[in-house]
Amino acid sequence: MSETTLLEIRGLTKYFPFRPTFFSFRSKKYVRALDGVDLSIQRQETLGVVGESGCGKTTLGRTILQLIRPTSGHIIFEGVDITALSRRELRNYRRHMQMVFQNPYSSFDPRATVLQSLAEPLRTHTKLRDEALIRRAQELLEQTGMPGDILFRYPHEFSGGQLQRIAVARALALNPKFIVLDEPTSALDVSVQAQIINLLQVLQRDLKLTYLFITHDLSVVQHISDRIAVMYLGKVVELSQTDTIFTGGVQHPYTRALLSSAPILDPELRRERIILPGNVPDSANPPTGCRFHPRCPLAQEICTQIEPDLMTTGDGHWVACHLVASNHKEDN
Amino acid sequence: MMAAPLLSIDKLHVQFRTYAGVVHAVNGMSFDVRKGEIFGLVGESGCGKSVTGLAILRMVPHPGQISAGSILFHGEDLLLKSKSEMQAIRGGRIAMIFQDPSASLNPVFTIGNQITRVIRQHLPVSRDEAKERALSMFAAVGLPDPENIFHTYPHELSGGLQQRAMIALALSTGAELLVADEPTTALDVTIQAQILVLLAELRDKQGVSILLITHNLGVVAETCDRVGVAYAGSIVEMGDTEDVLYHMKHPYTHGLLAALPHPSRRGQLLQAIEGNVPNGLALPSGCPFHPRCEHVMDVCREKKPELVCLGAEHLVACHLYDEQRS
Repeated sequence: MSETTLLEIRGLTKYFPFRPTFFSFRSKKYVRALDGVDLSIQRQETLGVVGESGCGKTTLGRTILQLIRPTSGHIIFEGVDITALSRRELRNYRRHMQMVFQNPYSSFDPRATVLQSLAEPLRTHTKLRDEALIRRAQELLEQTGMPGDILFRYPHEFSGGQLQRIAVARALALNPKFIVLDEPTSALDVSVQAQIINLLQVLQRDLKLTYLFITHDLSVVQHISDRIAVMYLGKVVELSQTDTIFTGGVQHPYTRALLSSAPILDPELRRERIILPGNVPDSANPPTGCRFHPRCPLAQEICTQIEPDLMTTGDGHWVACHLVASNHKEDN
Repeated sequence: MMAAPLLSIDKLHVQFRTYAGVVHAVNGMSFDVRKGEIFGLVGESGCGKSVTGLAILRMVPHPGQISAGSILFHGEDLLLKSKSEMQAIRGGRIAMIFQDPSASLNPVFTIGNQITRVIRQHLPVSRDEAKERALSMFAAVGLPDPENIFHTYPHELSGGLQQRAMIALALSTGAELLVADEPTTALDVTIQAQILVLLAELRDKQGVSILLITHNLGVVAETCDRVGVAYAGSIVEMGDTEDVLYHMKHPYTHGLLAALPHPSRRGQLLQAIEGNVPNGLALPSGCPFHPRCEHVMDVCREKKPELVCLGAEHLVACHLYDEQRS
């Protein structure tokens, strides 16, 4: 693992068992939320993860932080495989990795004051108490653009944007290196979304943070990410530099369709729309071969049988598609 | 002059009396929806766009009250209609669809059962005729295998198919106006694209007029003919989609568009509008946008600006344009 890599994910899978019907006690089935994800995240970069609902992007974020234990696979954080750690050992690593959730209204205990919410990680992981603790809490609030005198107020007294700032303050409490941002602006209005995105970018620069930014909003991910991973049914189908993806370097047919279906304000940026037929398949019964083949406009015989691997086409661009792979071979 | 509008809302006020005080959700909202057009009503949460949609069908929930204004449909004021007259219009001539289709469909009846009930409520047809009509509506909204869909329960369908079924149900009685409140917000982008194409098709083929309520400016840009931007319960700017989105006049519209990420601004900070959307309990005096406005003047704090005509179709409510009043 090179010096610049903060986190490496190898063959990560997460299967959630479920009973197909209430009475089928024996026959267990599995929802394959993550099915073999390989990614590496560099220090101080923002890796954007995009995909439609049910593609496993939220499960990915939670599994990396070990909020959900994976079914198999490894997560290597600064050279240590954190999937192999006991709960006690893991606790020390938690301070380096934090999370901000989508809905700021439900990520605070409604009966806890701002101080209580901010103090909890500090009490658990540091020796700060009393006045030093309050000073640290105030410092965190000011860092995220909130006044320091709101410590004794309750979550319901704030708007969504203000609460999201407090959630960011809480995530920063232990000076983490890595933050998973799970749709942090999706519940906010456009004018407030811009404030939060700016805040996140300033903090990243000042505190040298690394972000995993999960979202379904393509214009936001384009703005904030250095690299983008596109997920479909529990797999990464394309991984590339942001610029490559948005300047016509897209190679996977799914990414192309996804980009073309987002409504775009600026008429000069509009692409010809590719309307995908059908819906995202059930991840308990993914299609054989390439998971995208039933909806793919370019599907061929091979796609129905063999699942394509994520292969590099050079320049840090990875694609899982038979067509791209065969074109690339011909070129060389 | 344009054809007479199908729906004309004039200085509508809706209030909610709560323990905390009177919430002014809609404050003098005025706009028209013309025959065969898609009119977009955009704004951020709390700007009164959904309440306006509900007010058109007289479905404002308790403790809300329509306290002033008029809503003319074919020139007749809906606010003066009796309950039974309103019942015939609601679902018959004006239909509404909502953000979450799974919450709008009844989970214990089949789709077919629900749609035939609506049809027979409004039209004098037999059960078989109603079914026939339902099946042709399913085909019109692009539902695969209509006969099969007729016998399914809502939970068996995906979100996109549920929304299609809702649209079929809403238009099954030949409604002239469809009020669509965030119809694609709960859907994925690839499915959203399918539904937006469907709405445009229905307008072209069946001549349905659509009031599209949304917060997504991209959706507006790609589907609407005209658009009204709402802030704190009233329209601040209205006109052809192109004029409003690409030649905007109001500082709020300007700020809203500038706050969106754009490829040319990558790596830079976004231009956020400072502050928060005002809450309806304590609206600012004068122009409701003045505390957040860059161009604020003394008059803005005292007097609420009226909609002023700039060019044929472009209306703006802002004191910056007072002199150009024609």
